[in-house]
Amino acid sequence: MSGNIAIKVHNLGKRYSIGEQEKNRTLREAITGAISSPSKWISRKSKDNYFWALKNVSFNVEIGEVVGIIGRNGAGKSTLLKILSRITTPTEGSIELHGRIGSLLEVGTGFHQELTGRENIYLSGAILGMKKLEIDEKFDDIVKFSEIEQFLDTPVKRYSSGMYVRLAFAVAAHLDPEILMIDEVLAVGDVAFQKKCLRKMRDVTSEGRTILFVSHNMNAIENLCDSCIILDKGNLRDYDKDVRKMVNNYIFGNQNDINPSSWMNDGKGFENPWFKPLRFYIGDEFGNRLVMPVSNDSDMWIFIEGEIDEVDISLCLGYALYNENGLLLYWSYHTDVVETDWVKLERGINRLSSKIPKRFLNEGTYRVELIASLHCRQWICEPSVSAPNIFLTIQGGISESPYATQKPGILAPIMDWRLNN
Amino acid sequence: MSLAVELGDHERKDSPIPVTIIKPAKGWAAVDIIELWKHRELLQTFVLRDIKVRYKQTVLGVAWAVIQPFFMMVVFTLFFGRLANVPSEGIPYPLFSYAALLPWTLFAEGITRSTNSMVINANIMTKVYFPRLILPISSIISPLLDFFIAFVILLGMMFYYGYFPTINIILLPAFILLALATSLGVGLWLSALNVQYRDFQYTVPFLIQLWLFASPVVYPSTLVPEPYSTIYGLNPMAGVIEGFRWCLLGTEPPNYLIIVSAIVVVAILISGSFYFRRMEKTFADVV
Repeated sequence: MSGNIAIKVHNLGKRYSIGEQEKNRTLREAITGAISSPSKWISRKSKDNYFWALKNVSFNVEIGEVVGIIGRNGAGKSTLLKILSRITTPTEGSIELHGRIGSLLEVGTGFHQELTGRENIYLSGAILGMKKLEIDEKFDDIVKFSEIEQFLDTPVKRYSSGMYVRLAFAVAAHLDPEILMIDEVLAVGDVAFQKKCLRKMRDVTSEGRTILFVSHNMNAIENLCDSCIILDKGNLRDYDKDVRKMVNNYIFGNQNDINPSSWMNDGKGFENPWFKPLRFYIGDEFGNRLVMPVSNDSDMWIFIEGEIDEVDISLCLGYALYNENGLLLYWSYHTDVVETDWVKLERGINRLSSKIPKRFLNEGTYRVELIASLHCRQWICEPSVSAPNIFLTIQGGISESPYATQKPGILAPIMDWRLNN
Repeated sequence: MSLAVELGDHERKDSPIPVTIIKPAKGWAAVDIIELWKHRELLQTFVLRDIKVRYKQTVLGVAWAVIQPFFMMVVFTLFFGRLANVPSEGIPYPLFSYAALLPWTLFAEGITRSTNSMVINANIMTKVYFPRLILPISSIISPLLDFFIAFVILLGMMFYYGYFPTINIILLPAFILLALATSLGVGLWLSALNVQYRDFQYTVPFLIQLWLFASPVVYPSTLVPEPYSTIYGLNPMAGVIEGFRWCLLGTEPPNYLIIVSAIVVVAILISGSFYFRRMEKTFADVV
């Protein structure tokens, strides 16, 4: 029944002409363009200079549904949100939205540097679509949420970036339209505050709000969303309620199979109550799979994800790293540090990540093996026997020095040098 | 069964759920007055923001509202009143020019600010939806504060020279409105054009300078000889300025001039709003 539908998107398409995206076109160019090629000016419909940012996108969203939208850069995620929030118009197709719409496409929309925190709450709130009365009502909550009480009457230009973000979020978190579009805004701010926002967003959804949520953060998508849309080059590749499956699809889809940089449990292997590995891959900070080869000037993260039925204190998770010649470089366990600093594993699905710092390894291809064991008792994934393998390829980005574009040796770390005379 | 009943659990105050249809925009569209009205609080917010921000971190603050027209008046009095002996219909030249500079400054500020309004607020326009018309409208309203402050000085000057407003002063709001309408009409055209072609922000100061001398600010409109005075009325500011002098200083009423001016203003305003609405859909993509 259509009464349960909040958003109905039908055959949506958005076409940009390449010229339209060039900023600051001057009148002179337009005039000379019209004079030098009048035919082009008249028949501006010529198709060659167009590209479709979105094409044939159709989907329905139910009331109260939280939909994650994922896709690589340029897949059309932001364009979709911009059309849905009426910032730009579609070229074809139609959308039906049932309910008041709010959009949160950046942190601090409408904030003015010269104005105080108090003034900006009202300004930004009004721009985001709140009524003055509504802001009056929520003012104390917003201030409390932002944790900046004592700076309320200071111009925001004197705020630290953290304070600025917190205040901006506080305003945004108190928006309560029936439909909310959120674009990647959770990628900023400190972790504790991010969690607070996620919690607040959840509260919002439990009140029956519909949310469309664009993010590169796979954790956030999996934690928050009821369903998921994958966009690929302007097309809707997939839309399903099984968010896990969709994220798998997105992370592990189309990669070359010779040296895969990710591994996924097909559901049969490693049955045991202590730790059943599910995913093992190399990604960026937010859990997006890195496309190989990786440039050495960015950090890489080894992601280990698995299911625990029975928490066992002796469980050790880690990986082993080998170079092309099969030489073992090192093992790393999550239990390598002092016991009080171990990450606390819980029942259910656990997702660990460990950073391989940039400019630590040299160029080349590395084999990474997942290791899991109950310390001194039993192997779950035994190196060189049963452990899943993935491959990491590093190319370029060795150093900023003009002399060190290539380095011999197994490792290629950048060390500190100083003069002591 | 209505939607409101189905959603009975949620305590929404405005129970009928608004339905928004988004479709490709084609062709010309009229101004959506209802939607503008719904966003009146936002308009107010933008006006307040502009006013608050304007004099932050200035030493003289609101005094700037007076300084600008006042010194223009001094310069005009010196060069046009004293040296060039421009007639002023028997009114002391400072009073004569200052009474014209008030609506003129209101108009010129309005045009300048509205032309730049879209570009300055580009970051907001690309992030959130609201009727874009709010931006140029708020930019012509915010100079009103400066206008009223400067107006107090005018009253002081009138008192000093022994002039008292005639009964015609009740029509003054109409002329203020006409000045705002002119400013909005031109501002709509220029702001929409400026989104596409940044040339227009450079044209504006120049345009305003030319327009100043094409308006009866430093001279009376009676100085324009008969066959041309009809064409002169095509400049709406001519009607506005002569109207101001008539209301406050009791000069000749601008009968005929004001009718031509009003018609021209309506034409600029309507064409401007249609052009603006047509371009509005692409603002976020182009700006």
